[in-house]
Amino acid sequence: MSVLRPLDKQPGLNTATILLVGTEDALLQQLADAMLKEDCASELKIHLARSLPLPSDVNRPRIDLIMFVVNLHSKYSLQNVEESLRHVDATFFLGKVGFLAMGAGQESHCSIHRNTVTKLANTYRSPLFFCDLEREGFRATVAQRLVRMLQICAGHVPGVSALNLLSLLRSSENPAPEDL
Amino acid sequence: MDETVAEFFKRTILKIPMTEMMTILKAWDFLSEKQLQNVNFRQRKESLVQDLVLLCEKKRASVHDAALLDIVYTQFHRHRKVWDVFQMSKGPGEDIDLFDMEQFKSSFKKILQRALKNVMVSFRDAEENAVWIRIAWGTQYRKPNQYKPVYVVYYSQTPYAFTSSCPLRSNIPLLGQTFETYNSTTPLQEKSLELDIHMDSRIIHENRIEKERVQRVTQETFGDYSQPRLEFAQYKLETKFKSDFNGDILAERKEPLRCLIKFSSPHLLEALKSLAPAGIADAPLSPLLTCIPNKGMNYFKIKDK
Repeated sequence: MSVLRPLDKQPGLNTATILLVGTEDALLQQLADAMLKEDCASELKIHLARSLPLPSDVNRPRIDLIMFVVNLHSKYSLQNVEESLRHVDATFFLGKVGFLAMGAGQESHCSIHRNTVTKLANTYRSPLFFCDLEREGFRATVAQRLVRMLQICAGHVPGVSALNLLSLLRSSENPAPEDL
Repeated sequence: MDETVAEFFKRTILKIPMTEMMTILKAWDFLSEKQLQNVNFRQRKESLVQDLVLLCEKKRASVHDAALLDIVYTQFHRHRKVWDVFQMSKGPGEDIDLFDMEQFKSSFKKILQRALKNVMVSFRDAEENAVWIRIAWGTQYRKPNQYKPVYVVYYSQTPYAFTSSCPLRSNIPLLGQTFETYNSTTPLQEKSLELDIHMDSRIIHENRIEKERVQRVTQETFGDYSQPRLEFAQYKLETKFKSDFNGDILAERKEPLRCLIKFSSPHLLEALKSLAPAGIADAPLSPLLTCIPNKGMNYFKIKDK
């Protein structure tokens, strides 16, 4: 079983790579396009994958951030993310993993409860964003956040590390389970 | 506006049921959104029709615009007509010409107008390379009768044309001749698989091979062309409950569970075809879904073997 590890490769010069994992390929593509439109001093690379593990025979750069995208309308997409999580090394979850839940806006179409993804994110100690990726404005906003987060995870922002960011996010948005 | 044209408008709009009024007027695309917003759609139909005719007059609508509205109405109510199908056959040794829609329309019109006096031809493009042709016939001394038009629907990529029943039987051979004179059949256009080719090299698809497999399997199952239009499929299940959990109460039942599942959609087969490429389901889909066109059934009863 090939497992993704955060520090098993040398970083590329001024390069920041994000891996988006999710079944909704067309929307991931649109999110990727939105991220590339952002003004960014770092060179961005965006990898899109339906699920993990990734094909092993490929030469790819070091992955700085993994975002798992779940569609609340589709149990299949949640199942896909849950299975993919098993292929990620534990050290990735020190600020280099995030979850993105889409479709919360249309509650009548949701077959997964919001709490399910909240619990999932809490279990993995990672931040959770909600965004209806089909709406261009929302998509642009989350793309902006992801680019900033990616730069930090790649170490391009002096003085702030992925772990710093994670503890900042955790204290304001997601209280640790012990605090609930 | 000419009285006869105003009357034609009035009668055409009156035909439209109130529930479809907005949809059809929007599809007609002659009155603007703003103009339609200013109309009171809650009043009695006769008054509404009067208001709409006045609007058309103000906008200087012609008899051709009215004919287009008639076509739109008929497209929505095509099931009300009885259609005859004609198949065109190629003579031996004829060359295959490339089909040009605009050229077809102008030739068709010219040919009919040369052959008959007082004929009015209108065209409206529709889905799948089809064109709807509306023909209002007159006689040598009378203007075209707008209340007894003939419709021809020609699918340009096929040798088939559909005509609505023609009250004047004598004109059918003429229609046939018009097609013959135009004389074109086209090779079916090749439709290529729509694989996204992303220009930006900063975006890498890790599962390209899987995507290609899904596209291939979808193409093998559904083919390249659009699916027959189907609106629902119904499955009646009479099977024992199957469960992953041991000791599930429902799984212990001896009698089969009865369950009815109905899928409905404006275009069910296209929706099924897009499930795997959209990432909502695995490819290949269950044969229970994909067998619908092959078996020609959309009601299924499923029992345990």
